[in-house]
Amino acid sequence: MRNLFVLLWKNQFFLLFIILETVSIILVTRSYSYHGAMAHNTTNDISGGVFSMYSGVTDYINLKEDNILLAEENANLRNGLKTSFLLTDTQYVFRDSMFRYIPAKVVSNSISKSNNFIMVNKGSKHGIEKEMGVVSTLGVAGIVIGVSKNYSTIMSMLHKNMNISARIKKSGQLVSVTWDSNDYLYGTVTDIPSHIKLTAGDTIVTSGNSLIFQEGIIVGTIVSHNQDSNKKLSKAVLKYITDFGTLNHVYVIKNIMKVEQDSLLNQLVN
Amino acid sequence: MNNPIIKNIIRFVILILIQVLVFNNMNLGGYLHPYIYVMFILLLPVNINRSLLLILSFFAGLTVDYFAGTLGVNAAASVLLAYLRPGTIRLFFGNQEFTSGESVGLKSVGIFGFFKYSVVLVFTHQLLLFYLEVLSFNHFFFTFNKVLLSTGLSTFIIITTMLLFSKRDKK
Repeated sequence: MRNLFVLLWKNQFFLLFIILETVSIILVTRSYSYHGAMAHNTTNDISGGVFSMYSGVTDYINLKEDNILLAEENANLRNGLKTSFLLTDTQYVFRDSMFRYIPAKVVSNSISKSNNFIMVNKGSKHGIEKEMGVVSTLGVAGIVIGVSKNYSTIMSMLHKNMNISARIKKSGQLVSVTWDSNDYLYGTVTDIPSHIKLTAGDTIVTSGNSLIFQEGIIVGTIVSHNQDSNKKLSKAVLKYITDFGTLNHVYVIKNIMKVEQDSLLNQLVN
Repeated sequence: MNNPIIKNIIRFVILILIQVLVFNNMNLGGYLHPYIYVMFILLLPVNINRSLLLILSFFAGLTVDYFAGTLGVNAAASVLLAYLRPGTIRLFFGNQEFTSGESVGLKSVGIFGFFKYSVVLVFTHQLLLFYLEVLSFNHFFFTFNKVLLSTGLSTFIIITTMLLFSKRDKK
């Protein structure tokens, strides 16, 4: 027994190395899947505070482009106002709102890793919860996976576990959008049935099936589609409409009906 | 500033902050991702207790992970680097005498010596780091390219920083 302890003590450097590596690998694999990443996220006000302090300095760099983007978006929104329509248009009816947009500012964003995250300066205090959709001023940006009091972390579209339900705009065909290209400009459209041929420029929008995004938010446009005659489902390359390289302002989408819809789904399951 | 413990703590804080705030947000075409906080581990004294070396490296890696949201990836790579460090020092500078508290630096081993030492260790660090980050060999050559380019850039930044901040000998 004593010899065993002597042996262990002699090899303490190697043993400690093995222990620390094991701990690290466990930490890595724990958060590998979509749900793992959701459950073991380390969002907190300390790292959020450090990031937002820093982004307070660097914000001014993109101010000009941001202003143009926001002004264009404002113009689009004004086009949808009641006053922009003819008063004789009796079809215009106000319904109960179902989605609420929470504006947020990006404090940290990566695009060159294999799994990228965005951190924004709004958290549980502002009504943000896990699994809410996030859009940029142009289109889909990601899904919230971690929330602290003042900050939240978003799984960017540039994440290996990202998989959102989408539709081809012109035909309505359901497809999925994933990211396995390593290039922050391009994503992959999967599950395209063999009878569908996509052409460059076709728009891919969200399907509205997942309760996270409402229907019809633009994900991106098709760049190329390689039809494989042997396979039933083919893949296509998609260019994201959101420019993740200069992302600065995003909106978190709160689905007001989500609790009701979830409980309905749970009733069906049980 | 002459107390080695305080000097290393200051170095740790500054390097981690620069890593997390500047280099982790730097997006150079999706290929380049320099990790320069390893300089902290490279510059720890040569005669440091080896177990302490492992533990310090583990915490340095974990701190970077904590900010980047990639728990475990940097920790694993840093621990590997720390584990290989004593052997690398013996291999390259085996017949050299280091005084107590002295680290492998430009002054003790020269610029070429330091280049050899850092390029080998930074390479192993980034090799484990990038493959752990992907957790698959699907894009093997893409990832390998990333490792090579990032190792080059990291080493370049580390040596430039060393040159900028080294005290010149007054002769």
